[in-house]
Amino acid sequence: MTDFSAAAATDATPIEPTLPDGWELVVGLEVHVELDTASKLFCGCANQFGSEPNTNICPICLGLPGSLPVMNERAVELAMTLGRALDCDVRRSVMARKNYFYPDMPKDFQTTQYDQPTNSDGRLVLGDGFVVGVERAHIEEDTGKSTHIGGGGRISDAQYSLVDYNRAGVPLVEIVSRPDMRTIEHAKAYVEELREILIATGVSDARMEEGSMRVDANVSVRPHGSDELRTRCEIKNINSVRSLGRAIEYEARRHIDLWTSGSAPDQETRHWDEEGGRTLPGRKKEDADDYRYFQEPDLVPLDPAPETVAAIDAAMPPLPSARRAALADATGADPASVALLVGRGQDELALAAIAAGADADKVVVRLVNDLAVDDWSKVTATALAELVEMESSGAISATQAKQILADMTERGGDPAILAAARGFEAMDTDELETLLDGLIADNPDEWARFTSGDDADHKKMQGFFTGQIMKATRGQADGKTVARLLAQRST
Amino acid sequence: MSERISRADVVHVARLARLRLDDDEIDLFTGQLGDILAHAADIEALDVGDIPPTSHPLPLVNVMRADVVTPSVDRDEVLAQAPAPEDGRFRVPPVLGEEP
Ligand SMILES: [Zn+2]
Repeated sequence: MTDFSAAAATDATPIEPTLPDGWELVVGLEVHVELDTASKLFCGCANQFGSEPNTNICPICLGLPGSLPVMNERAVELAMTLGRALDCDVRRSVMARKNYFYPDMPKDFQTTQYDQPTNSDGRLVLGDGFVVGVERAHIEEDTGKSTHIGGGGRISDAQYSLVDYNRAGVPLVEIVSRPDMRTIEHAKAYVEELREILIATGVSDARMEEGSMRVDANVSVRPHGSDELRTRCEIKNINSVRSLGRAIEYEARRHIDLWTSGSAPDQETRHWDEEGGRTLPGRKKEDADDYRYFQEPDLVPLDPAPETVAAIDAAMPPLPSARRAALADATGADPASVALLVGRGQDELALAAIAAGADADKVVVRLVNDLAVDDWSKVTATALAELVEMESSGAISATQAKQILADMTERGGDPAILAAARGFEAMDTDELETLLDGLIADNPDEWARFTSGDDADHKKMQGFFTGQIMKATRGQADGKTVARLLAQRST
Repeated sequence: MSERISRADVVHVARLARLRLDDDEIDLFTGQLGDILAHAADIEALDVGDIPPTSHPLPLVNVMRADVVTPSVDRDEVLAQAPAPEDGRFRVPPVLGEEP
């Protein structure tokens, strides 16, 4: 499906650093995502992961004679939303039958889109500004799930297979990129950016480990500077972003080895073998691409009115790239922290806390370090702002702020009340100074090593005194203040 | 009219459709399919430049249903009609070849 018409490298073309000099990597990606609908694409069966086998099936998704499919309106809306998020043209489209025999497809054809997809000619801009063309993003139905029994679960040695049709008919969009990527990092970044867009728009939960997002990579290589397109292989069975990188590198090296030894790769589908760290050839299919597509007579065309597309644009939530720009603008934080918080969906919370008057740097640090949790819904922006303010003013230490944030995450509430409940009182500096002077008097040897020992000694004794203070104050002293007081006394 | 479709084409298409044809049938269908293609060629010869292409016999678009879950069928009832149910699933012969 991928259109391999990539222009020759220019000075601006990135080079894959893990490959031998003189070779250019060419990668296009095909990504299937399950749409986050309540029901399937053509019937009212539940679109649900993890149900008991064959409990979400009916005559329509089993393809029984006489059953008629009806298009799911929400699936079309989500598909068009993704299309617009990827800058695609959203056009009149027609469903088609892709004919093949395979037990996971009970109808003996897959209902998909062929020459008239819903979304075409889009693009995805990566975090560093690199642009990847999107050829199309079309609507289709998912297939069932086969489990191969016997032969160690290997498809080629199986004695028989068991099929669960719960997934058959689940709405999918297949996003086909142009072969624009030249580095493994860009291929990984494309998948990660696409995943964030899918989540931000509510189109899919995009979980690679649960199979609601599946990535196939078209990989080829060519001499650097050439505009020829050499034989490509399609790599399937990639189930993480990390595996994607490993699979592309393995495959590119395999091609380079073949070309340099005067041979050539076969155009074929290969499977990523995660444990072996290699790609393996699929069984050769004759007539593999002879699917005899024809228009689906049971479904009428989709022809969105301009107002429909305009309404989708109007309802488009802020996309991750815009959200990163807004957070970077408001905080001046480093790109990695910004990307992390937007990836977690915590940018809105951060911006609201800053708007409520909290110190931007401290908000970012607190969230990056201490809110790596799945559910932070109990943490309000006001409470976060107050917590950061308590820390900024020295009313609580950084360690205490961490603990209070953990309480807020677990059960919500006001940080001042949570601090009081934990017995965190502001340790005033006078109290600390008295405590410290007492410790110095009681431990003269340690103090001597702190003031005139070598670096290692000095560090060790700094730890000793800080530890003693923390012990005496049950962790309520602020570490930075202790360090400052120690430094003052040693000069 | 058999020049429009060869015996080899018919054998190929039959195999894609998983039909086993004997020699007489191949001859028969080569002739019949040739006639159908000849008819299509007659239509192709007409000037249809002003006629919009038909993608569906009904002049309808956007026929859709709301995204609402409706009851599925009873699994046991369905599996009872399958030749070899096992473990709540449909047992099928070993699959040769890869998923498309
Ligand atoms: Zn169904």
